[in-house]
Amino acid sequence: MLRFDNYVRPVNTAEALEVLRYRRGAKVVGGGMWMRLSSRTVPCVVDLSDCGLGSIAETDDAFEIGAMASLRDLETHRALNEATGGILERAVRDIVGSQFRELATVGGSVYGRFGFSDVLCALLALDADVVLTGAGRMPLARFCEQGYEKDILERVVVAKRDYRAAYACMRRAATDLPTLNVAAAYWNGDWHVAVGARPARARLLLGSELGLFGPEPSAAKLLNAARVLRGLTFSSNMWGSARYRRHLAGALGIRAVCEAAGMPVPEACAPALAPADEEVSA
Amino acid sequence: MSASTLDVKVTLNGRKVAARVPADQPLYDFVRAHGCKSVKCACETTNCGLCTVWLDGRAVLSCAVPMARADGHAITTLEGLREQSADFARCMAEEGAEQCGFCSPGLIMNVLAYEREVVASGAMPSDEELDRRLSGNLCRCSGYMGQRRALKRYLAARLEAAARPDAAKEA
Repeated sequence: MLRFDNYVRPVNTAEALEVLRYRRGAKVVGGGMWMRLSSRTVPCVVDLSDCGLGSIAETDDAFEIGAMASLRDLETHRALNEATGGILERAVRDIVGSQFRELATVGGSVYGRFGFSDVLCALLALDADVVLTGAGRMPLARFCEQGYEKDILERVVVAKRDYRAAYACMRRAATDLPTLNVAAAYWNGDWHVAVGARPARARLLLGSELGLFGPEPSAAKLLNAARVLRGLTFSSNMWGSARYRRHLAGALGIRAVCEAAGMPVPEACAPALAPADEEVSA
Repeated sequence: MSASTLDVKVTLNGRKVAARVPADQPLYDFVRAHGCKSVKCACETTNCGLCTVWLDGRAVLSCAVPMARADGHAITTLEGLREQSADFARCMAEEGAEQCGFCSPGLIMNVLAYEREVVASGAMPSDEELDRRLSGNLCRCSGYMGQRRALKRYLAARLEAAARPDAAKEA
């Protein structure tokens, strides 16, 4: 179990950042869900519980999700889910159990930029920014590509758009980590498809990269998009092989785009959903 | 606040408790040390639901809550819900949902928290939603079908009682 020598609960993020930067070995704790899987001793734990980051606020043009809001808050926030095609509820509802999701935080999932994160994959497909105490505001996609800096994630801002969105994932068991997940969203006249659990960090591709144009892509365009998605880098771990993930990326990508578009999967795409010969014989 | 041990004040099953504890002591260790032996820790991976307690009324995994974070909050364990849990325990027995009983305290804590959400919504959840709720409590005996039947029976009675208060005692 993770042990900590000292515990600090600052009352604002500026104070939290100061502790994080200048106190040796200081680490921020989110929901604390992985504490039992660690055998480290952290010299100083910074708890953001008193920083006022625990809620989801709706403004005229966005939803501001506090870093300490729980995954259960994300799952049950009706207005947010209605505005985003239910993609966030769909992404988190299979994460362990409701007691886990009551504690796990949005900030922990996003700041950690875990490859297996369902939350990060779903948010990436939306028009989302992160707000950091030190670095300020930046697009989530850029934040996702960066290395870890000593900074405090304050909130995730999801802009209100006319989202058509869907989430698809494959798990070996109902509440396990995903073997692969895909989020697809159409907004501002463009497709945004995120592929996570590769098992590397989720990666966002735009319609122009996928050859997807228009709200209801043709079968040929979908097959081309599946080919592009399968061209991403995949590797193997205990949840699945690189080859299996490559196949899933195409299949789940087509399904997620079709669901978001509100159309059935075209029959011509059936070959792309079935395992390829080399996947069956391997 | 900065110390390897700290003074905490919590409300445990309606009783004020003050103690000096290591900041990283898990909440489940604390409640067990204060006589709440229904709370157990089994999986070590924050998965099994056996250690479920209420923190300010929300069902959470006490193995993942350090005492430093529980400070100032209200904690409820099954010991504090004996009367409220009797009806669901009866539904479990009548539906064959209980075998060894090891996971039952965590399940009951989760179900009683869920009850509030369901009654507030006024609608019976689908089987899929019930199964998703049950997924937070692992059971290695029952296969979950009896638990789903018990949960359905219990929630149906609660919804009826909410709609018709004089039916509150029927289950």
